[in-house]
Amino acid sequence: MSWAWANRDFLLGLIGDHLVLALVPIVVGIAIALPAGVLCARFRWAYPPVLSATTILYAIPSLAFFMILIDYTGLTRTTVIIPLTLFSLSILIPAVVDGLRSVPEPVRQAATAMGFGPLRRLVTVELPVAIPVIIGGLRVATVSSISLVSVGQLIGIGGLGYLFIDGEQRFFMTEIVVGIVLSIVLALLADSVLVLLRRLLTPWLRGRSGTGRARDPGLRAAATGRAGERRLAGLQREKAGAGAGGGAAGAVSTEGAR
Amino acid sequence: MNQAWQWLTRPANWHGSEGIPIRVLEHLAYTGIAFGLAAAIALPLGVIIGHTGRGAFAVISLGNFGRALPTLGLLVFAYVLVTSSVDWVIPLVILAIPPILVNAYEGVLGVDPDLKDAARGMGMTGRQVLTRVEIPVALPLIMLGLRIAAIQVVATATIAAYIGLGGLGRYIIDGLANNDYAEVAGGAIVVVVLALLVQAALLILQRFTVSPGLRGQARSS
Repeated sequence: MSWAWANRDFLLGLIGDHLVLALVPIVVGIAIALPAGVLCARFRWAYPPVLSATTILYAIPSLAFFMILIDYTGLTRTTVIIPLTLFSLSILIPAVVDGLRSVPEPVRQAATAMGFGPLRRLVTVELPVAIPVIIGGLRVATVSSISLVSVGQLIGIGGLGYLFIDGEQRFFMTEIVVGIVLSIVLALLADSVLVLLRRLLTPWLRGRSGTGRARDPGLRAAATGRAGERRLAGLQREKAGAGAGGGAAGAVSTEGAR
Repeated sequence: MNQAWQWLTRPANWHGSEGIPIRVLEHLAYTGIAFGLAAAIALPLGVIIGHTGRGAFAVISLGNFGRALPTLGLLVFAYVLVTSSVDWVIPLVILAIPPILVNAYEGVLGVDPDLKDAARGMGMTGRQVLTRVEIPVALPLIMLGLRIAAIQVVATATIAAYIGLGGLGRYIIDGLANNDYAEVAGGAIVVVVLALLVQAALLILQRFTVSPGLRGQARSS
């Protein structure tokens, strides 16, 4: 504890680094996932190949990914940021697609009946209704990203990962524990910020019972990994002739209710 | 990339105790041990919690917490704490448990209550409902959890080369130490191929174990 306090300025610097390395991929990731997810929700044939691609990318071990990129981007932050961005896509794109599919059909029809065009309906009705699921995905992606950054320290770029490598070389347990605790605290703080953001963005859900995480449909869908795989399966089922309207949307909402 | 290709095709790298085949086998052995231990702990636990509904909050919290654990931090922590040659087992198992546990729990919990009612109506006991209905229906999600855990374990076993473990991570860590980029990139490519093959193997296993009636997965209504 006293060690951490004595080195507080240095630790703050590492925390700043860590956040940049972890959060830039999330910001870039959601900037890609929103349009990509909207397109995949609209053009159903596009979703399975996109999902397969992100699933394959997700399976690549982070360390190996960094090493292959060194040849192209060198020992720079970009080498760490690119893989983390691609990993985040495998969570965020399904979250956006699931979110949009969670919009109840009557809501969509009501918006259309009120004279909303496709774009206006998307921005003012569908995306806001999809927010809980999208933010559920963001939470999983953000926490994973923060926990993965430290691996980058093996090529010298890893924020709090510095404490792990330095602590290992000096056989200094305090430093390692401080690094682990700070990393976990950052992840949980970022998670809380996103929960707060969801509350602010979805005032209409406030006051309803069961805003706790156990009933958070977004997080629960995302918590099981990439929820999209289930949605992909749902898609195939629809193709097989089951009712279209209830399918995908129903899965998320019934999860929330249980 | 050219260098990496040359490294990969050099016959010397395919022979002996530090050759690629031996390293692949080592990697698979570490992965198998950690994965097996994690599954042996997490699968029954997740299934039982999903079946009884008791301890649900703990599972969800653990899933969240597990994701927040820094891989490299856990590895060096175990290395400094245990100082024996099995130090790597603990972090690998700890990191593989949450995805298996959460998905087994969610899978069993998400089984349509009508199905369970029907099974009970047919005279099945609680145990029979679990083994003949809930687990088979939950299998796609259970397999997804196993696949995520496998990704995690293969990746972490690579990083564990830093604390002295054998396996394919050795090429990356040693190559970095010797500034031998051909070895680093060559090793990285082999790791990627292995990771994708492990995923493919689990997908094939899923194909054979999941009932054809469930191919469409998770009936929600």
